[in-house]
Amino acid sequence: MEHKLLGQSVVRKEGRDKVTGRAQYVDDLTLPGMIHGVTVRSSIARGRILGIRYAGSFPWHEFTIVTAPDIPGKNEIAAIAHDQPCLADKIINHPEEPIVLLAHPNKYLLEEARRAVEIETQPLPAIFSIEDSLARREIIAGEDNVFKSYLVCKGDVEAALAQADFIVEGEYRTGSQEQLYIENQGMIAVANPRDGVTVWGSMQCPYYVHKALMVLFGLPAEKIRVIQTETGGGFGGKEEYPSMIAAHAALLAWKSGKPVKIVYDRAEDMAATTKRHPSRTRHRTGVTRDGKLVAMEIDFVIDGGAYTTLSPVVLSRGTIHSPGPYFCPNVRIRSQAMATNAPPHGAFRGFGAPQSIFALERHLDQVAKAVNLPPEEFRRRNFLRQGQTTATGQVIHEDVDLARLLERALRESDYHAKRERFERENPGASVKRGVGFATFMHGAGFTGSGEVTLASVVELEATPEGSVRILTASTEIGQGTNTVFSQIAADALGIGYDRIEIACPDTGAVPNSGPTVASRTAMVVGKLVESAALALKQELLQSGLLCDSCTEDEFVRGCRRYIETRGPLRTRSQYEPPPGLFWDDINYTGDAYGAYAWAVYVAEVAVDTVTFETRVTDFVALQEVGKVLHPLLAAGQIEGGVAQAIGFALYENVVWHQGRMANGQMTNYIMPTSMDIPPIRVFFEEHPYPFGPGGAKGIGELPMDGPAPAILSAIENATGICLSEIPATPEALMDAMTQKAGPSG
Amino acid sequence: MGEPVHKIGIACTVNGELRRFRAYPMARLLDVLREELHLTGTKEGCGEGECGACAVLMNGAMVTSCLVPAAEADGAEIRTIEGIATGGQLHAVQEAFLECGGAQCGICTPGMVIAALTLLERCSHPNDAEIREGLAGNLCRCTGYQKIFVAVVRACQPAGEGQPSIP
Repeated sequence: MEHKLLGQSVVRKEGRDKVTGRAQYVDDLTLPGMIHGVTVRSSIARGRILGIRYAGSFPWHEFTIVTAPDIPGKNEIAAIAHDQPCLADKIINHPEEPIVLLAHPNKYLLEEARRAVEIETQPLPAIFSIEDSLARREIIAGEDNVFKSYLVCKGDVEAALAQADFIVEGEYRTGSQEQLYIENQGMIAVANPRDGVTVWGSMQCPYYVHKALMVLFGLPAEKIRVIQTETGGGFGGKEEYPSMIAAHAALLAWKSGKPVKIVYDRAEDMAATTKRHPSRTRHRTGVTRDGKLVAMEIDFVIDGGAYTTLSPVVLSRGTIHSPGPYFCPNVRIRSQAMATNAPPHGAFRGFGAPQSIFALERHLDQVAKAVNLPPEEFRRRNFLRQGQTTATGQVIHEDVDLARLLERALRESDYHAKRERFERENPGASVKRGVGFATFMHGAGFTGSGEVTLASVVELEATPEGSVRILTASTEIGQGTNTVFSQIAADALGIGYDRIEIACPDTGAVPNSGPTVASRTAMVVGKLVESAALALKQELLQSGLLCDSCTEDEFVRGCRRYIETRGPLRTRSQYEPPPGLFWDDINYTGDAYGAYAWAVYVAEVAVDTVTFETRVTDFVALQEVGKVLHPLLAAGQIEGGVAQAIGFALYENVVWHQGRMANGQMTNYIMPTSMDIPPIRVFFEEHPYPFGPGGAKGIGELPMDGPAPAILSAIENATGICLSEIPATPEALMDAMTQKAGPSG
Repeated sequence: MGEPVHKIGIACTVNGELRRFRAYPMARLLDVLREELHLTGTKEGCGEGECGACAVLMNGAMVTSCLVPAAEADGAEIRTIEGIATGGQLHAVQEAFLECGGAQCGICTPGMVIAALTLLERCSHPNDAEIREGLAGNLCRCTGYQKIFVAVVRACQPAGEGQPSIP
């Protein structure tokens, strides 16, 4: 197959609609007779619901009011477990728990009415930290507050620790983080017993919403239809939560008989929707005198919030990534997702890996110091190499050369010269400069047997107008799905980019190609697009309507003739795992991912020792991601991810008060602006992955993993202060630097 | 409770057309544009003037329309993203955003295009610091801003000139 488009930066498929303001997001849509819906939430973190009062002088008879007894099917948001209700009935488990839904044509009156609903409660003691949950100060979920735990064992950690020359211990923490897509979450629903339920909205995973609505309404699959509207960013925040809003809008539509729109404002979106799991990681590492890792004992804990949601899978990815891209013969990882009385934490780009990789990379800087090696030399001695095994026993078959990547990244960033220069210039300077790096990997696609279970399907069909339409449930959320799929299909068919159409992700029309998550869309679903396209061409060739080296006009004529004489021309492709992949879910061993992307990121910082502010002043991001399908989009993914991770490292501090986000506004939750992001220099190395389309691996989450440890390493280089927790706010740095200086006065 | 508030008549020029409508004086210009005039290209991101997704031009100056009372619009000349392209021909800034990857999810794009236009009207060849400052009121969560900077540089160049470099 000739690649004319893959590797080229063609114009974004839906770009014109976006730059002209024509793209239709959910809040831009209005259906005839549509009314608005709002959610009345709990006011306490944990307790019993004793009653609901509709107070004030409102014309309550004009309002559609929905509570738990109105739910036609099961009162749950179907996901992995069955613990999260759609509407709290008797028990409250977090402060943003939805209890009552209201709908009315006048959205201003509706907002006042929401405030007039009084939930009478009896509070129960609540817990808000990983420590309190582990100590079982209250049991708030199951028998022990543990949503999920894993144990990964390789070799004999005890024996290896006993023989190690040095043992280095450390504890590291990461805070919560809000996805902060600029488009707030929202849904429109039409629902009645005759036609079933249809929802339109902002989402990553139409079939997750589809499943949740089937359970909620007790309706068969064909009675539920979920349609994605243009989506203004996701980052994981629109993976599982849209099921909740869709459920609420649909219940109000079902009861009122009218179309209902629920669109959150920013405050509600930040308060009620999922965020990144806070984490605590403890490391105990055995190392030889010459800097070889001999034992890694890792204890990784995440705060899941009040319900299970996706915590088991976030924990899984975080666990598997916790030993990083290093070879160690003896590894034991224990990990747990714990319940607290906060709104459930959920998917966010990186999915547990940014947390555990932050801990590891910070820790290895300390291990390097213990054995008196520069951090880059220590890593060089321990990088995973072809033929070696990861902690889960996965043999690395790729010809990965992390030492070379490291050398190139340090060269591109002028790392060694900067280290020397800063060492010379920092003494006496009030703004101290530093440079640091992180080396890491990110597994693409679902973990373990996930892709086999998903068994994703893609279809292609030729249209009588002479185009080929791609039918998938994979959503365009800014990352470039529409564009990359079009490139893949056009190259496989040997036709132009403009001949390819993307069907709207509508469960009534497209097959289930799985969720748009886990850096899987280009690599896994893109491969299915490629094979369905090759099958379509093969069908035309076999029917004698096309010769192998046809022109585009001949292709179009061939399609038309096929449709006229034989009926619809449609092909289908379903996921088959690459040969030789094996995963044992019980013992947590085997091939955790089909492919890994490998990376070295280098950050330069300037720390103002008067204001304690840290600025990132230069950034090099070097990665090996297989074949780069679209250089502009790929660089855009890396740059956006690095910027989001700079926020994670330095600025984005979710302040919790009794399980509730206390700074849920853009005024006091600070994400990076154009003034805060340094030049990001992106470099790709390309080793085609044989099982990705055109050789591509996953890319979307990778850039979230490396920046935070690289930045904290640079802060340590600048100031000598070793921070083990993010965000490294000026307050945190001030505390650490003042302590180091000792009490004054 | 005070006296009931009544809608008032408002007349303004929007994208070159005279528009008359009735609105509560303190209604947000953002809502009026989206709901009364059906110009949904202007987006709401935060509702408190932080993110710039709702930016429009009012008498030539950029404003966050979520903070502007409808009464202020009376007699004003307003330009929204729908009025930037002329007769199907994209503005150079829009072309540059397309070409350089300045739009990803697209939700900040209308406001970002307005901000870039405002900057370029004030300063025809801004340097790196001026571009950063000119866009500082508009938040983008997708791009890390790099491709938007490139797009602004690109928009300053005559069509057909070589590739812009990252400032």
